[in-house]
Formats: sequence, C-alpha cells, structure tokens
Amino acid sequence: MELTVLGDNAAQNSAGGGCSAGSCGSTDHQVSHLPDHIREKVENHPCYSEKAHHYFARMHVAVAPACNIQCHYCNRKYDCANESRPGVVSEVLTPAQAVKKTMVVAANIPQMTVLGIAGPGDPLANPEKTFETFRELSEKAPDIKLCVSTNGLALPDAVEELAKHNIDHVTITINCVDPEVGAKIYPWIFWNNRRIKGVKAAKILIEQQQKGLEMLVARGILVKVNSVLIPGVNDEHLKEVSRIVKAKGAFLHNVMPLIAEAEHGTFYGVMGQRGPSPEELSELQDACAGDMNMMRHCRQCRADAVGMLGEDRGDEFTMDKIETMEIDYEEAMVKRARVHAAIAETLAADHAKVSAPVMTVAAGTRPVQMAVATSGSGVINQHFGHAKEFLVYEASPNGVRFIGHRKTDQYCIGDDTCGEKESSLTTTIRALEGCEAVLCSKIGFEPWDLLEAAGIQPNGEHAMESIEEAVAAVYLEMAKAGKLEQAVITAAA
Amino acid sequence: MSLSIIESCVNCWACLPVCPSNAIYEAKPHFKIDAAKCTECDGDFAQPQCASICPIEGAILDQLGAAINPPGSLTGIPPSMMEAAMAEIRAR
Ligand code: SF4
Ligand code: SF4
Repeated sequence: MELTVLGDNAAQNSAGGGCSAGSCGSTDHQVSHLPDHIREKVENHPCYSEKAHHYFARMHVAVAPACNIQCHYCNRKYDCANESRPGVVSEVLTPAQAVKKTMVVAANIPQMTVLGIAGPGDPLANPEKTFETFRELSEKAPDIKLCVSTNGLALPDAVEELAKHNIDHVTITINCVDPEVGAKIYPWIFWNNRRIKGVKAAKILIEQQQKGLEMLVARGILVKVNSVLIPGVNDEHLKEVSRIVKAKGAFLHNVMPLIAEAEHGTFYGVMGQRGPSPEELSELQDACAGDMNMMRHCRQCRADAVGMLGEDRGDEFTMDKIETMEIDYEEAMVKRARVHAAIAETLAADHAKVSAPVMTVAAGTRPVQMAVATSGSGVINQHFGHAKEFLVYEASPNGVRFIGHRKTDQYCIGDDTCGEKESSLTTTIRALEGCEAVLCSKIGFEPWDLLEAAGIQPNGEHAMESIEEAVAAVYLEMAKAGKLEQAVITAAA
Repeated sequence: MSLSIIESCVNCWACLPVCPSNAIYEAKPHFKIDAAKCTECDGDFAQPQCASICPIEGAILDQLGAAINPPGSLTGIPPSMMEAAMAEIRAR
C-alpha cells in the first residue's frame, strides 16, 4: 500500500485508534473548512500552521507582571510553569523596552512574524502596559502580527480595545466550563474589588471566559483556546470544553500537559498532583480531535523565548545588549518582506508537491513513534545534543503524521562545563518515552549508547532530508528488519 | 493607620494599580506602601485592595504587623504539607 504524508492527502483516514488527517496540527485539510479570511491568517502562521512553524518564528515580551486570578499550577514567585517553562523568571520589560526589543529581534531574525504578550501575569490585568506596547508596535512595525494570551477574566472589558489595535489572534486558557471542576483548579479570583474563592469564583471566571470568547468571535477576531490537562481533575471534562468552545467559534484547541513539581511550590506540585504521560496527552488530543481542530505543535514556549523552532536565542537579545543596538527598521522591513516572500514561495511549492514517499508495508503493521531533531525548514538538521525540543512523528501503514513536541532540558552547551550532563541526558531520554527511534543530523557516542540502552534507536543517516520522507524510510527499514511484527516491542536492555 | 509590604513580596505589580490612595510605589528590593498615604481603603472599599489581590501569603501586614493572608490562606496548601515538601527538597 502507498505510504503518504497525511497532511498532503486529506482523503486519508485510518482505522480505529489511529489518526484522521484532520487531527494533525492545522493541516491544509483542517483549515479548509474555515472562511477565507481566517484561513489566510492561519496558513502562514507559526503558531497555527504545522507547516509554517518550520519556517517562521515568534517571540514573546514579558510586559505584564500582574495577575488577577490564582491557578493551582502557578506560583507567582516564578513565571507560570504551564504557559512557560518552569522556574525561569523572565525579565519584566517596560512597554518602551519591549517595543525596542521586538524591533531589534525583527530586524535580526526576519522570520520573526508574531509578537505575543502572554505574561508573566495576565496581559489584560495590565491593560495599560499591554495596550501601550501594541499601540506603538502597530505604528512602528506594521509588518509584525500581534497576539495576546489571557485567562479571560478581564477579557470582555478589553475586547473593544483589542479590536482597535487590530490584534491578529487571542488565546484564552480555558480549563473547564463547570464551576465545580473550576474550584479544583482556581483557588481565588480578584473581582469587583474583592477576593472571591471557591465555586463562586470559578463560576465568574468561566462566565467571563465564555462571554469574552463570544465577543471576540462576533468581532471576527481569531480565538485559540488553551487547556491544561490535569489528570483526575479535568481530563474527561476537556472533551466537553472542546465541544463548547468550538461551537462558539474558537478555531483551535490546544491541550497542554500539566507541569507540576514540588520544587515549584505550586498547589499541584506540593500536593503531589501528577502531570499526564505523553500517551495520556496524545489520547486526549485524539479524543478531542473528532470535535475540534487540535494543535499539536504548540511548544508551550517560554514567555520571553526568542527564535526559530527548537531554539531559544534569548541570550543574544538581553536588554543590556539591546540598549546598545541601533536598527533602521525601514531597511529591515524591506529585507523582512524579501525573506517572507521567499518562505511563501517555498510553502507554495511544498503545497504543490505531490511526491509523497511511496513505499509498501503490510496493512496492520503496527505504528511507530519517532523523535526528530530539527531547527526548521522541514528537514532533519539538528545535532541531538543541541535540540531543545524534539518533534514526534508517527509512522503507520497510513503514512506519517505529526504528533507533537517533546521539550528537553538541553544537555549539551558546546563545552563540557556542565556538571549535570549525565542527569540532563537522562531527562532527555525520559522526554522521548514512547519513541522507538530518534532522527538527527549528528549524535555523540555517549547519548547513542544510552539511547540504545533505553530502546530508542539513534539515527543520523538522514541529515538534511525531509522529515516525513526520512521517517517513512526508517519505518520501512524497521518493517523490513522484522521489527514491527510483534504487537508490542520490548526495550532492548 | 497603614498596611505594609515586607520582603516576601515578589514585585508582581498587582497591588499598585488597585490602590485607591496611590500609596503603593515601586521600590528596591520590593514594593512599598507610603504610610502617610495609606487609608487602609477606609471609605473606598470594604477590604484593603492590595491585600485582596496580592498572591503572596504573608507579603502584606496589617497595622499590627500580622499577615493579612496567612500561610495556606491563598494557595490552599496546608502549611505542614508545604514544610514537608520543602524539607524533602532541601534534603536531596
Ligand atoms: S490598604 Fe488600601 S490604601 Fe492602603 S496601600 Fe493597600 S490598597 Fe492602598
Ligand atoms: S501584590 Fe503582593 S507580591 Fe505583588 S507587588 Fe504587591 S505586595 Fe508585592
């Protein structure tokens, strides 16, 4: 049978338990039902389009420190662990600093097309700072798309102002639609000059979120919904959330895993609430996919992360370095337009390409998940040790589909000064749980051995090849070698 | 009559804009309340606004020096659990 890349063939549909083409990131098929003006926004969007996110970059600026609610997965001593990476306190910028930083990065990384404000608190609980940043950027850098993430409590009051700034899209974190569930997630909110707790608080928050969602949709502003999957608290409930937010017009639903560790000092961390396993996350995403466009390529980027897929160049753009940089944005815009046009061409060519990998495997051959190290452009081009995140793909007789990202704490920093090398490598390997192979441009001996010992086959033979084609090739090799015959493979010790 | 902010403050800015008396100011190493300006929100609100939005237990004290939001009151984490977790982390 033919092995195709699912995103390129909307008619594909796998049998039970597998994936329908419509559930893989925002593939062409997924966005095809959207009105033209929305589809245009989505197609080249690094946050929404699975394809585009290989070519474009996004960044966030931390201008919004205050928050108006408490979530059980957050400790305000750190940045939010779930919207961002845990334990990293971002540098809070003034709106003027944020504008300068954005423009410097845009001039240096022309692929940077989206600027988001996501925290470290709630952007709409800091309306002056958030809107001043947006106002200045729309004026000075009109080629940058703006987006904002919010818990939704202050959203209805902000919709008018958001519409004025021509915001590209809004992300609302909606973890529940039932106040009883909400009371287990949100201990309090600040509302009408009082701190309100329990079910009553959750009820108000939910009403505001839903109202805000409806108002944005009515204004034609794109809405994405984020949910944090909290096993035993809202896992089953998220299916209902998915149904409701889609019915109201949200066009993407992104389910993210809870991150909870005691050292974060969060309620969930201290009380021993666990996060979902990669399999549980995948299952829930599959379950919601029937009702909703799921976004699997969301990377839970750190609130102040900068750069392309898989990289964080934040260190090159710290405020003290930025203060000394002068840029000519007029000139930068010309270069940016050139780069964007070239990427659009590549994407269009990719779109037109029908040469999906064609190979044969027996129907019923079991699917295999593989991790890929890439720094963009849709090819395998990253050293294993340099990868800060891996893309996970599933190969099956139906083709190759993108499953999601696995973040790792980068263990190789170029020299050997890091004393915790061993343990970070172990963390990386743990992050790749469920994958049977890892494809990268290069890999060292030490990780090679450890990966093999963990039952994950390292593979550096497909450097610079297209991800889908390489994954398909490795899958076929595995099939030929007779590795896919038994239902469950046991890790080679 | 004045509330005060102590060193456990994480400089999150939440209190500053909600104060009806403009009594809160950004300072190093943490935000502070100008005792001359703070009215304890008397006449404006039933509850002191800063202590109603502050996410950090123990960061804001009343005029007697007692924490308005004592341990466990905001996070819901029983103080004994928090201590046990922290002790375990220190022992690692
Ligand atoms: S108690 Fe009221 S007046 Fe005093 S600092 Fe807090 S918010 Fe301001
Ligand atoms: S709300 Fe609390 S933690 Fe935040 S700045 Fe004010 S006193 Fe500090």
